[in-house]
Amino acid sequence: MLEIKHLSVDFHTDGGVVHAVKDVSTTVGEGEIRGLVGESGSGKSVTSMTILGLLGTRRAKVSSGEILLNGTNLLKMSQKELVKIRGRQIGLVSQNALSALDPSFTIGSQMIEVIRLHQKLSKSDAYEEAVRSLERVGMPDPPQKLRAYQHQLSGGQRQRVVIAMALAARPKLLLADEPTTALDATVQKQILDLLLEINRDLGTAILMVTHDFGVVSHMCDSVTVMRKGRVVEQGSADQVLKAPEHPYTQSLISSVPKLHLDDTARTVPRAERRLHVFQEA
Amino acid sequence: MPSDKFLEVIDLRKVFSVSGGFRNKSADVVAVDDISFSIRKGETWGLIGESGSGKTTTGRMILGLEHVTSGHIVVDGHETTNLTGERMRKMRQKVQVVFQDSGSAFNPRLPVGPQVGAPLRRFKLCDAKEATRRVLELLEKVGLDESHYDRYIHEFSGGQRQRLGIARALTTDPEFLVLDEPTAALDVSVQAQVLNLLKDIQEERDLTMLLITHHLALVEHMCASAGVLYNGRFAEQGPVDQLLHNPQSEVTKKLLDAVLEPKAA
Repeated sequence: MLEIKHLSVDFHTDGGVVHAVKDVSTTVGEGEIRGLVGESGSGKSVTSMTILGLLGTRRAKVSSGEILLNGTNLLKMSQKELVKIRGRQIGLVSQNALSALDPSFTIGSQMIEVIRLHQKLSKSDAYEEAVRSLERVGMPDPPQKLRAYQHQLSGGQRQRVVIAMALAARPKLLLADEPTTALDATVQKQILDLLLEINRDLGTAILMVTHDFGVVSHMCDSVTVMRKGRVVEQGSADQVLKAPEHPYTQSLISSVPKLHLDDTARTVPRAERRLHVFQEA
Repeated sequence: MPSDKFLEVIDLRKVFSVSGGFRNKSADVVAVDDISFSIRKGETWGLIGESGSGKTTTGRMILGLEHVTSGHIVVDGHETTNLTGERMRKMRQKVQVVFQDSGSAFNPRLPVGPQVGAPLRRFKLCDAKEATRRVLELLEKVGLDESHYDRYIHEFSGGQRQRLGIARALTTDPEFLVLDEPTAALDVSVQAQVLNLLKDIQEERDLTMLLITHHLALVEHMCASAGVLYNGRFAEQGPVDQLLHNPQSEVTKKLLDAVLEPKAA
């Protein structure tokens, strides 16, 4: 469904050209959940923002490659045409739900606006739709939440609103850029499970941008590992997690403290346990 | 009191009164509700909890950054609850802190070297020349070098800032470190380096540490014992091997259930 071919993105800064993304190719199939994993500066967010044409600044330039959505190259589209893609065919769930919501309007008015943008509905029908979509994302007491402002909701509830809005036009693909990093662990799990449920029930494909292999193992079918703008490894999530081929992937997985250690690791006294640190070859 | 308890917290309580709300009504919020625990010399103790559980407030009370409503804090046999003036400053030589965002704890308009050495001058522990020598030594200890002495905080990466935070915490040769989410803002590869550094330093100096975090795997890696805070009270506390692998309370079970981790290969 989504196909990224040899994508390169440069930033023209005062200090010279920075190659943020270099020759990245990957795909997201119908109903697939792909993890896009990397540390800060790896180019994972730039890649996902390029898909939506949201790089925006004059300084950022796609220097080569194409992004095909069902065969159409998104990079060749005008902003006008892209507006029809955004939200309608590709939904976005960003990391910071707080900045995705407007503090001076109620949740309801923002949701109704988005719903009416995509569907020809009267205000009252759009309101009904908003209630239904909040129910779908597991929000308690939707009518009351629609009257509320964003500051009256918890972090997890805000993220649910953003997900509900991203789903308003029933997009076939959802870009989720670190949607749970700002949340407590128990809330993170709830939100990820919600995304899994949406994937299962609505068949929505998800491109999950994350730095956390725990998230990958919990929900992804396939994974692309990026480092310094390049893809270092990709494949099915099971295979990459079980037998990572690239030393960088291996170190990303082994440098994280584990809750469940294997028996050999457990024999080392705690004071002597050290984490693996990646050494540049 | 048994001498192997380096830190003892007894019935510690913190009440914030919130005033100026609707019709200027005031309300009391109990952030920490009569908690007790103790840490043995040279041990790392984990204080676990989600946001709002009271874990950071507890840490701040131990550091003397927050007034204690009631209860006692005993460090190395000396009561340190609500100290003031010179006695507080003396205590702070022994008890230091590393925050999540060490960068914001540095003055952006001054080079970092003198700031790392500030406690030496403040406590008049040595002369200026000796202070510089000691700071350079500390920078090296935390994996930085001489060339970093005259730089400003914005020139450093997140991991380096955290190293600087650790260096400054070590300046006064403390015996006790409070670590408040010390790696939450770091990439995993950098987190690994910082955690290894903390363990090395602990081993070398026989440091006692309190690790405040919501991250259970971090506790498993660093701590021998820990407690789970929930709404200002301990849901459960004990040895980590017990706590995280045979939990008794619903709160701990729920937290453990939310841990996402690649299956062990």
